[in-house]
Amino acid sequence: MIDKNRNSGLLSLNRRTALQGLAASAGLMAAPGFVRYSQAQSSAPIKIGFQAHRTGIGAAYGRWYEKTTAAALKLINEAGGINGRPVEIITEDDGTDPKRGAEVVGKFASQHKTDIVFGTLFSHVVIGSAPTAGELKMPYYVVSEGHHVASTKMNRYCFQPGITDVKSQVISMAPWIAANVGKKITMIYPDFAFGHDHRDYFTPAIAAQGGEVIAQIPIPPTESSFTRYFPQIPAETEVIYHVMVGPAVLTFVKELGEFYGSNRPQLFGFIDSLEAVDVASPGLEFLEGSHFWEGMPRYLQPDASDAVKAYRNAVGIDENGAAVGDPKDVSTSAHMFGCWETLYVVKQAMEGAGYKGPEDRGKLVEATEALTEFKEGPEHPQGDKTFNGKIHQCFGHQNISVVEGGKLKVVHRTSIEDGLYEPEGDYTTQAL
Amino acid sequence: MSFGPHLLLATLEGLVTSAVLALTALGLSLVFGVMRVVNVAHGEFFMLGAVLAWWIASLATGHPAVGFLLALVVSPLIVGAVALVAERLVLRRLDYNPEATIVATIGMLYIIQQLALTFYGPEARPVEAPFSYRILLPWFGYSGYKLSVIAFSAILLLATWFVLTRTKIGLVMRATQYDRETAQAFGIPVGRVYAGVFALGAMLAAIAAVLIVPIQQAHYLMGLDPLLLSFIVVIIGGLGSLRGTVVAAVLIGLSDGIISVFFSPTLAKIIATLIVAMVLVFRPQGLFGTAAR
Repeated sequence: MIDKNRNSGLLSLNRRTALQGLAASAGLMAAPGFVRYSQAQSSAPIKIGFQAHRTGIGAAYGRWYEKTTAAALKLINEAGGINGRPVEIITEDDGTDPKRGAEVVGKFASQHKTDIVFGTLFSHVVIGSAPTAGELKMPYYVVSEGHHVASTKMNRYCFQPGITDVKSQVISMAPWIAANVGKKITMIYPDFAFGHDHRDYFTPAIAAQGGEVIAQIPIPPTESSFTRYFPQIPAETEVIYHVMVGPAVLTFVKELGEFYGSNRPQLFGFIDSLEAVDVASPGLEFLEGSHFWEGMPRYLQPDASDAVKAYRNAVGIDENGAAVGDPKDVSTSAHMFGCWETLYVVKQAMEGAGYKGPEDRGKLVEATEALTEFKEGPEHPQGDKTFNGKIHQCFGHQNISVVEGGKLKVVHRTSIEDGLYEPEGDYTTQAL
Repeated sequence: MSFGPHLLLATLEGLVTSAVLALTALGLSLVFGVMRVVNVAHGEFFMLGAVLAWWIASLATGHPAVGFLLALVVSPLIVGAVALVAERLVLRRLDYNPEATIVATIGMLYIIQQLALTFYGPEARPVEAPFSYRILLPWFGYSGYKLSVIAFSAILLLATWFVLTRTKIGLVMRATQYDRETAQAFGIPVGRVYAGVFALGAMLAAIAAVLIVPIQQAHYLMGLDPLLLSFIVVIIGGLGSLRGTVVAAVLIGLSDGIISVFFSPTLAKIIATLIVAMVLVFRPQGLFGTAAR
């Protein structure tokens, strides 16, 4: 017992010493930086907080979001930064967790003192973090694809200017699905906000085209085995519409293959089911001939523009959409372009607002709302887009690809008009 | 789908879950039974087994069975070695104090998990099944490999039973479990038995993981589910009881399969947890456990 006490005393002494050392070195590091910032604000970097899914179920996406962001940042800084100031990205891991996400937004505001926050993908994290961003009046640019921002249920500080939302995506593709794949549809989707967006907007969209959703099968997002759900798929199903996320998606597709074999209904999937997964993986042969939505094509298409090629080179992906030098490290191509394009939107809005520092955040919000369109080019390689400042959402082209020889080939590209819908509200009426 | 085939599918799915679960839970149960410590890092040994299986299989060339069989042998050995090192460096120094061990193994859980994230990455990666025979039933197709998992697991469980009850090693382990001090007095090297059992427990989890990677991919967070289910199985079956562990694994696996096919997976989890609560209230030593002395 005496021994133990002595030990713990020694331990706490060590820890205290260590903490003192830590505090001292942190002070040393912080002090000169603070002086420099107050003396020369104009040349101090613009700080962008990057809320990244470094761990948790979104980690594969997070890693590629970071790579894409780093590539865009490098180009922006080489071209003189924003308003003549260098841009600095500060990354914090949100663990793909809503609670942690909100904490990270708070940390950016109070500790890192970033100008804006950017980069979140998973819809539950966006929904969990948005109220904090609104309270702190922190502009929050997400690359999430969910409909939550455009639903005007978030707040005036939330924007999604780099990727089209799910509602627009499914509306634009429903006519093509009904005409080319089939009309009796069974939907399989993850049982949370992102999946519910698909359920709620695809069902009426396909009905408007004379099709019908005959079964809806929600699957818990943490599920690791799927065969048990397949008996719920009605026998008369013509098309299985699947949109899955998380690490178990490959299992989902493989088990679907085992269940049906070659005698399967048509498949239409969101590439979310296979982001960061090689389409030529063992067990995926049965996807041959099935169709996928892609935000931006993973495989280099023959008609790719110079902007697309430059973008792919900058991010470091080869013609199969895998990391240059590691063909097994497949990217999340269909989504990550949104980080690149969002950063350029932020640049455009900050320059429009004459942004100087956190006191101009209101001006930045208004300048972003004033944007109306983004031209296709090096800053927007995925294609041209329109932006609705009232609902803080951009609208772009969607790609439908077919699996051919273990690769994805774009067979249809929707127009921007295909995906437009009536706004459900107006953020600009909210106070800043 | 009509009731008969539906039930068949549910039972098959349940048996696959049971088979893998029985192996994993047996590892946890052995460690608790003999060493009286709760190994919270058990699920991470499972994950490590799967991740190593991917790595080993990706090094091998030729027929997929070569890589898989190599992984089935090498991966558990590496995991066993890691467990052995952990036992020597951590558990032994804590003198197997139950509370300290829980905290230490939670630490090991995070260390192993984050090392896997750092060196293996966040992607889910598949290992090709050794054979891809698809059994064609009149109503649906089923993976032949999944059925072989059930068979292999059963053989392995029988082997473990044989070792525990019919060999000298088993006798030594049981003696240590029964009374550590008397065993030591009779010249049994208790320290080495502990190290061996800890490694064996981790190896069983690793074997279960290698069997599962062709079905579910290797992912750095995959250890959590098996850990929770193993605890459920071990509590229901009785800590340290081989028979109880197997019976409870089949019970939980089948009920999980059948309830989730006919109702919902959430209900299956609710019922499993409810059974645990009931067992803890009415039979705290578990269905087949003996009351603590």
